Amino acid sequence: MTSMTDRLSARFAACSNAGRAALITFVTAGDPTVAATPAILDALVEGGADVIELGMPFTDPMADGPAIELANLRSLGSGTKTKDIFALATAFRLRHPETPLVLMGYANPMLVRGSQWFADQCRAAGVDGVICVDVPPEEDAEIGPALRAAGIHLIRLATPTTDAARLPTVLNGASGFLYHVAVAGITGKQQAAQAAVEQAVAKLKAATNLPIAVGFGVRSAEQAAAIGRVADGVVVGSAIVDIVGSHGDAAAPFVRDFVATLRGALNANSPHFRETAA
Amino acid sequence: MTDTISLPNSLRSQPDASGHFGAFGGRYVAETLMPLILELEKVYREARQDPAFDAEFTQLLRSYVGRPNPLYYAGRLTEALRAGAEPGKGAKIYLKREELNHTGAHKINNCIGQALLARRMGKRKVIAETGAGQHGVATATVAALFGMECKIFMGAKDVERQKPNVFRMKLLGAEVIPVVSGSQTLKDAMNDALRHWVSNVHDTFYIIGTAAGPHPYPELVRDFQSIIGKEAREQILEIEGRLPDMLIAPVGGGSNAIGLFHPFLDDAEVKMIGVEAAGEGLAGKHAASLAGGKSGVLHGNRTYLLQDEDGQITEAHSISAGLDYPGIGPEHSWLHEIGRVQYMPITDDEALASFQKLSALEGIIPALESAHAIASAEKVAPTLDADQILIVNLSGRGDKDIFTVASALGVEI
Ligand SMILES: Cc1ncc(COP(=O)(O)O)c(C=O)c1O
Repeated sequence: MTSMTDRLSARFAACSNAGRAALITFVTAGDPTVAATPAILDALVEGGADVIELGMPFTDPMADGPAIELANLRSLGSGTKTKDIFALATAFRLRHPETPLVLMGYANPMLVRGSQWFADQCRAAGVDGVICVDVPPEEDAEIGPALRAAGIHLIRLATPTTDAARLPTVLNGASGFLYHVAVAGITGKQQAAQAAVEQAVAKLKAATNLPIAVGFGVRSAEQAAAIGRVADGVVVGSAIVDIVGSHGDAAAPFVRDFVATLRGALNANSPHFRETAA
Repeated sequence: MTDTISLPNSLRSQPDASGHFGAFGGRYVAETLMPLILELEKVYREARQDPAFDAEFTQLLRSYVGRPNPLYYAGRLTEALRAGAEPGKGAKIYLKREELNHTGAHKINNCIGQALLARRMGKRKVIAETGAGQHGVATATVAALFGMECKIFMGAKDVERQKPNVFRMKLLGAEVIPVVSGSQTLKDAMNDALRHWVSNVHDTFYIIGTAAGPHPYPELVRDFQSIIGKEAREQILEIEGRLPDMLIAPVGGGSNAIGLFHPFLDDAEVKMIGVEAAGEGLAGKHAASLAGGKSGVLHGNRTYLLQDEDGQITEAHSISAGLDYPGIGPEHSWLHEIGRVQYMPITDDEALASFQKLSALEGIIPALESAHAIASAEKVAPTLDADQILIVNLSGRGDKDIFTVASALGVEI
């Protein structure tokens, strides 16, 4: 599964070869509607996102701050069903054969029909990885075995409270990339101190060969650039979701322009980019 | 808290080392919270080995809460039900008087225990979720007692519906935070309490109000509430010289019920009924997770939940705010599946009738939650023999509910 032939590993490798961090962007599926989502996903890719995290809406998103919580409620309010999310993923895979797609969400909607069903749907839809916020390594049996058997990466989270003694537990069974949650908190709220991020990434890199992506509280191109200098990937969620929140059905061009500024900031870190620009 | 007997094949030896009661329970939380929950488990294990912890807990229950509270023979209720039963039928009904505790419900037992744990962990701030405000008031009370800073998360709708308790919490020095997200009721209050906790893990202890949430909460809340069943057991042996035939308790998250049931679980002759809120009826809006839900994951545990086919949580309804929650503690899900406890749905209307009946017959105004258990006893007692014994957990007093009941009865006060 960590072979270089899968889309996620291939993309991290390509970014690394280009001398820059991967840009990982999050939006909630079905926000504001299922009909509006394909254009928003395309805008992410056009703006230069390397990896798409597609949020599965849940009525009770306990780890999310107001921006993503509202996106969840907008999506469910407009009638988004799980089958719609897999249809969005399937269609995305046809339009974008190379762009890795990761589903992110909470355990209950993923497990309600059984982990086998969920893993089969992911594989059939061309989903590359899954982040399940409320299944820690201790409950891996709920979802890990089915995903691994289906060849889907289970992406684990490391947080500021994950100490050295616990880190091996988190890494055992992790694949795709390691998601470093930069702040002890919920999405979209505080922003981590750059020094703390650098320290954390160094520790994680010493413990694993998985690419390290950093997220939670990354809102601006400047922040993305700073984190991109030390991490293999930068995750931006709430800032994009806010744009969808304010522009609704017409959000796609605004999303594309914002993502392009993030990507530009990451490109500017690249020695190759500086050479060609010079 | 010192006398858990670990019999082989005992029903009292759950959960397992990873916090599972059969297929239920567990620890479904974000990674940020995992280290804290593991630490809480460690501290709890140490506390249980420490005689000083138990001594302080017992002492506070005595001098501050007012334990032991009585086991009272409800003679007029018993006779009234016998009058409508076949000859020779109509069990003797005893009430376990948790409503006589300080703050008026069983909730305080658990809050004292968890505040002692918070102090042991060096946390100076406590938070809690509350629906009707009973657990919020109990938490604010122990926070005052221990000199801790206290924040209570409460759905904005409930803040509006439960003004007297909101004022009580403020008097006790707590900050009440109205939760405007989602359905603005208990489950959303719990979401926001979890959000606050995950952002303040370094100095904050979360006092969960029922026997639910991530391991070790269901276990430790049960253990603190087991004082109810331990006392009831001693009291009935003293009064009647034998164990009861049946126990009945209302089930919201399930803390008062498991507190009464747990010390009797290995006594096969003692039958048990947990009463779920059937609201407008199981075909309409209700809060009966076992009767109308299925297994799922929410708020840190796997348990029965009200949910749709996509696993979205559906809104619960009960006239009783303390039962108005779409889940149930994991140990009850397990006891339901193995058939050790029967769970019975009781509607809003049935509870309202029993609320009035107990008030008029016994001079005890029950909490609406407890009125659900009385309604169940009214159905079951007439089917039992007159020499059989039934204990009902009177989990709280009904003063907090008089506005709700008056409005349901069309009375202006
Ligand atoms: C008096 C009373 N009884 C019962 C309950 C239900 O909670 P649990 O099932 O945890 O005992 C509550 C909750 O607020 C309550 O106030």
